[in-house]
Amino acid sequence: MQVALFIPCYIDQLYPRVGMATLKILERRGCDVVFPSTQTCCGQPMANTGCSSDAKPLAERFLEIFSPYQYVVAPSGSCVAMVRRHYDEYLEGRPGFAELKAKTFELCEFLVDVMKVDAWGGAYPHKVGLHSSCHGLRELEMGKPSERVGPAFSKPLRLLEMIDQIELVDPKRPDECCGFGGTFAVAEEAVSCMMGTDRLRDHLGAGAEVLTAADMSCLMHLQGLGKRQQMPLQIKHIAEILNESEAKS
Amino acid sequence: MKTAQHPEQAAEFVANDARAHWHDQALWFVREKRDRMAVSLPEWEQLRDTASQIKLHTVSRMADYLEEFERNATKLGAVVHWAKDAQEHNEIVLSLLKKIDAKRIVKSKSMLTEECHLNPFLEEQGIEVVDTDLGERIVQLRKEAPSHIVLPAIHIKKEEVSETFHEHLQTEAGNNDPNYLTEAARNHLREKFVAADAGITGVNFAIAETGGLVVCTNEGNADLGVSLPKLHIACMGIEKLVPKAADLSVFLRLLARSATGQPITTYSSHFHGPRPGGELHIILVDNGRSNLMGSSQFRNSLKCIRCGACMNTCPVYRRSGGHSYGTTVPGPIGSILAPSRDSKQHKSLPFACTLCGSCTDVCPVKIDLHHELLEWRGEIRKRGQLPISKTLPMKFTSWMMQSPWLFGVVGAIGRWCLRHFPRWAIYHGLNPWGKQREMPESPKQSFRELYQIHESKKASDE
Repeated sequence: MQVALFIPCYIDQLYPRVGMATLKILERRGCDVVFPSTQTCCGQPMANTGCSSDAKPLAERFLEIFSPYQYVVAPSGSCVAMVRRHYDEYLEGRPGFAELKAKTFELCEFLVDVMKVDAWGGAYPHKVGLHSSCHGLRELEMGKPSERVGPAFSKPLRLLEMIDQIELVDPKRPDECCGFGGTFAVAEEAVSCMMGTDRLRDHLGAGAEVLTAADMSCLMHLQGLGKRQQMPLQIKHIAEILNESEAKS
Repeated sequence: MKTAQHPEQAAEFVANDARAHWHDQALWFVREKRDRMAVSLPEWEQLRDTASQIKLHTVSRMADYLEEFERNATKLGAVVHWAKDAQEHNEIVLSLLKKIDAKRIVKSKSMLTEECHLNPFLEEQGIEVVDTDLGERIVQLRKEAPSHIVLPAIHIKKEEVSETFHEHLQTEAGNNDPNYLTEAARNHLREKFVAADAGITGVNFAIAETGGLVVCTNEGNADLGVSLPKLHIACMGIEKLVPKAADLSVFLRLLARSATGQPITTYSSHFHGPRPGGELHIILVDNGRSNLMGSSQFRNSLKCIRCGACMNTCPVYRRSGGHSYGTTVPGPIGSILAPSRDSKQHKSLPFACTLCGSCTDVCPVKIDLHHELLEWRGEIRKRGQLPISKTLPMKFTSWMMQSPWLFGVVGAIGRWCLRHFPRWAIYHGLNPWGKQREMPESPKQSFRELYQIHESKKASDE
């Protein structure tokens, strides 16, 4: 199975360990993983600010770079949602675009839906809180949002539950937004930080020692707040937890 | 008109941490109640689908249904008026009141009349307008605007209500007992009901097939307000239409559950023509709505039944308060409707959103709210209303990201600065990220560098 790694720009620069964890998880499962080195950014920051003409050339580059591969996998629900839900505006009808949308996956989705993972090696003896990042939850439908009526499920949670000795804690508000929201974090700094602090307190109150999510951008915001407030909470991307537990086994 | 934008007004609200948290808790309580009520109907998602389809269909044939409604309402003995904007609406109301020389009006909560600023208009003419919904009356006495379309006084604490009532209704100072305060309001309003010359109500649903209309209240104030005086004026935005009486079975189940978490509103009052000896005037108001009808991007927002669920669930609304939006309808739906009237004045609203999508999932008529908000951002950019402080960095980033080499260099420099610069050079007034947050730790190597090492190691192992 050939997988092209789609590493979000800020993960490339600031959280390379998340990219490495993703790489190792996929290689351990026998995937032939490549990192197309000409990739940069999917264009989400520009698109979310309303600057479509600035996002478009990046979407076009993305299509060109990732078209040749069998699968495209990213450790980010938000960036994958950009490709799958928002690229239509720029790429509708282009050769290879329909295929690109169908073969681009967030890591947890890929493990559950494509690789059909039903067991996970190793143990992670910590109390872990999962932050359900909005774009993965609602745009990629990786879980059931609390507003909707229907059977409950969550792909990231399903993976975490397979790990031995992990203790998952339940925050009071299961899928409240962390307040990052891209440029919102800066433009609406006051609300953004209040939202993030509330998220952290909810997880701390539930007893979490480690806070995880499938999106490092939410975690970057939460980590920044937690560190400033000296909260006793470790922040880890879900790929890091999955990789660490398995690497030890 | 205030020109302050959402971020500044929100920051002011958030600065009072205890109050902002109290506000958030109060609305979250309603949102949770709504969840319990939604789950109690296994067919909830099907109801939402049906409601959405009925509304979309109605919007697509709005002109036909409006005419059908006018015909049938007229047959029942009501008089139908058409108003293209707020000004026309207010003048129609005034002319009707003048005809019977009405001086005292009781009004049941209507967001449309708020939108048209009817109260100040009538007061200038020497006419007393009393809002009879308890929450609405509280904000009226305090000379404030409602901060929510269903819970207009949700931003006010009971201690503050007590102070307001002590000042205006001569209640006991410091008595915060909700029962005592409600009783005082009830007695006060009863006097107003008895003395009223005319009653004005909003409309929740107007039925094309019958020419009737439905007003939903929890306090029965609409019924009282139009039962005593002879003149009933019903003011409605044209989007309040449903084709058939049978459609109410869908909407009445969704409305109260979504709004307040009740199975149904306490009073769903049906008005089919005037009561014997009375007059019923219905004013159909456009005020920018037909522009939305013609817009493929934003047409969906006309499906709105004004339940307020998107406000209750919106994490930004809950923490920034309704007044921070500076518009009659705040929150996610308001942030779509307001720019359609004046995008320059309300340009910050589509950005007062993290695009979390909770509003879209909670909406009983399935308006894709967060996608429309994103559309609005693009529209504001196209109209040249996005400040250069936002457009320029995006232009630069896009240019940089089109070159992997440049991205690598800028990234490496940025990381180096983050590691070596003194704290004061990173955390200062020009860095809003760092005001309450630490910057991420800066690794020496990027992923692409680590990947190269990984690959060459793999090659040498083989």
